[in-house]
Amino acid sequence: MSKDKLQGSHAAAGIIAWVVAILMFFPLIWMLLASFKTEVQAVQTPPVLFFVPTLQNYHDIFQTANYLAFAWNSVAISFVATAVTIAIAVPASFAMAFYPTHRTRGTLLWMLSTKMLPAVGVLVPIYLLAKDAGLLDTRTALIIIYVLSNLPIAVWMLFTFFRDTPKDIIEASRIDGADVRQVIFIVLLPLVMPGIASTALLNIILCWNEAFWSLNLSGPNAAPLPAFIARFSAPQGLFWAKLSAASVLAIAPILIFGWISQRQLVRGMTFGAVK
Amino acid sequence: MNRIDTPITSAAGSAAATSGKKKGLGGGVNTLPLVGPSVGLLLIWMIVPLALTLWFSFRRYNLLNPMIHGWAGVNNYWYLLRDPALYSALWVTVIMVLAILVITVGLGAVLGAVFLNDFPGQGVARVLMISPFFVMPTVSALIWKNLLMNPVNGLFSYMLRSVGLPAIDWFGQMPLFSVILIISWEWLPFAFLILFTALQSLDESTLEAARLDGAGPVSTFLFIQVPHMGRAISVVVMMETIFLLGVFAEIYVTTAGGPGISTTNLTFLIYQRALLAFNVGSASAAGVIAIILANIMAAFLVRTIAKRLDV
Repeated sequence: MSKDKLQGSHAAAGIIAWVVAILMFFPLIWMLLASFKTEVQAVQTPPVLFFVPTLQNYHDIFQTANYLAFAWNSVAISFVATAVTIAIAVPASFAMAFYPTHRTRGTLLWMLSTKMLPAVGVLVPIYLLAKDAGLLDTRTALIIIYVLSNLPIAVWMLFTFFRDTPKDIIEASRIDGADVRQVIFIVLLPLVMPGIASTALLNIILCWNEAFWSLNLSGPNAAPLPAFIARFSAPQGLFWAKLSAASVLAIAPILIFGWISQRQLVRGMTFGAVK
Repeated sequence: MNRIDTPITSAAGSAAATSGKKKGLGGGVNTLPLVGPSVGLLLIWMIVPLALTLWFSFRRYNLLNPMIHGWAGVNNYWYLLRDPALYSALWVTVIMVLAILVITVGLGAVLGAVFLNDFPGQGVARVLMISPFFVMPTVSALIWKNLLMNPVNGLFSYMLRSVGLPAIDWFGQMPLFSVILIISWEWLPFAFLILFTALQSLDESTLEAARLDGAGPVSTFLFIQVPHMGRAISVVVMMETIFLLGVFAEIYVTTAGGPGISTTNLTFLIYQRALLAFNVGSASAAGVIAIILANIMAAFLVRTIAKRLDV
C-alpha cells in the first residue's frame, strides 16, 4: 500500500474499527464491572463507574451454587463430544474430498440440511427416548446429541479444508512411490492438522454454548453451564451483581480458550468461503 | 424425507461434471467404511425422531392427562392451522432471520473492509470484535436484558434520560427489534470474521489498480470488494440461517415470546405447546410444520446458495 497517500484514510479506518470493537466488547466489560459491585451499586442510576470492587458475589456463588460441578460437566461434555465428532467426521470428509463421486455433493448438502431440522420439532420424541433409555439427566445423553447435531458442521468444515489442500504435493509423493497410508499419515496429516484443530475448536465452542438441549434434557446431575445460568437467573434474577458474577464464571473459560486459540480457529473457519 | 431429497438429488447431477477434474489419491480405497458412520448416524438422527414426531402428531397425547389418548386424525393439524399464533410465529421467524442476516452481513462486510487497513492494535481490536461469538446465548440475553435494556436501571435508559429523552421499555415497546438487536450482536462477529477472511484473499494488485484509476474507498468497496465476497456471503447466509431458524435461548430469557405472542417464533411456539401446555399431539403437529418449513428453506438455500459454493 502506498503509505504516504493513504495515511488519512488509514487513520479514519483505525478510529472506526476501534470504536466498533469497543462497542461490541462493551456489554462484556459492563457485566464484568457489575460482577464486582454490590447489589445496590449494580442497579444504581447514574451507573457507578468508580467503586471499591468486592469479591462478595463470587464468594456467594461458590458457597451456594456448585459451580465446579457445572463447569466440569461443561468441560467433559464439550471435549468428549468434540473428540467423538472429529473421529467420525474426519474419515467421512477425507473420503468425500479425495474420492468424490457423483453423490458427494448431494450427501454433503443433505447432511447440512439435517442441521436445519428444528431441534424443538423433535424435542418430545428425543425426551421420551432418553427417558426410556434411562439417559435423562446424564452427560451421555448430551454428548450423543451434541455429536449428532454438530456432525454436519464438522464434516462440512473439514471437507472444505481437505478439498483446498494442494493436491500436487500428494501427486508428487505418490509418484515418489509412497503408498496411500504413507501419503495420509506423513504428507496429508500435517497439512490438514490446522483444519482439524480449527474444526475441533469451533465444535467445543458450539457444545459449550448450546442452550436448548442442555436446558431441556439435564437435571441436577448432568447440567452444564448454560443450565447453571438459567437456573441461577430464575430465583436470583433481581440480583444483578450476583447474576453477573455467575455469568462471568460461565463464559470466562470459553472466552479465554477462544482468545488463546483464535488464530487457529480463524484459520480454518472459512467453510469454503475463500478459494 | 422426499422433501429433503428432491432439491439435493437434482443438484447432485450438476456436481458430477465438476468432480471429474479433482485429482484423487488413487489406491482403490473403499470409501464406504469412511463415510458410512456419518451418514448412518445422521440418518438415524433424522428418521427416528421424525417418524415419532409424525406418529405423535396424529395422536391425542397430553403428558398431564393420561386419560386423553387415541387417534386424533388430522385434528391436531386442523386446530393448529386455524390458530393465528401459528401464522404469527411463521412471520416472526422469517422476519427475525431476514433482519439478522441483513444486519450482520451488511455490517460484517463494511467492517471487514475497514479492518483490512493497517492501524495500531489491529489484532487486539479484532479479538475484541469477535468476542461476543464465544458468549453463550443465555448470558448475552441476560446482559442485554438486565444491565443494558432494563427500562429503569439499565444503561440505555440512563443514557436516554441524560440527554432529555424518555426511557424506552425495550422489550415492551419494541420487543422484536430488541431481540433482533441482541442476536445480531451475537452473530455479527461470525459474519465479520468470514467476510474479513474473504477480503484478505483479494489480490493486493487489484486494489492498487483501482486506486491508481482514482477509485475511492467507497467505490472500491462496492465494485471490487463486494463482488469478491459473493461466495463468502453465501456461506454466512447458509450457516447463520441454519442456526437462526432455531433461536430459542434469547427469547426464553428476555421476552418468553411476549408481549402476547409478538416475539414467539416457531421454535418457541412448539416449546410452549410441548413443555408448557404438555400437549404432545399439538406440539408434534407444530414440529412437523416446522420441519416442513425448514425443508422449504433448505431447498431454497440449496438451490440458490449452495450451488454457488461449487462443492
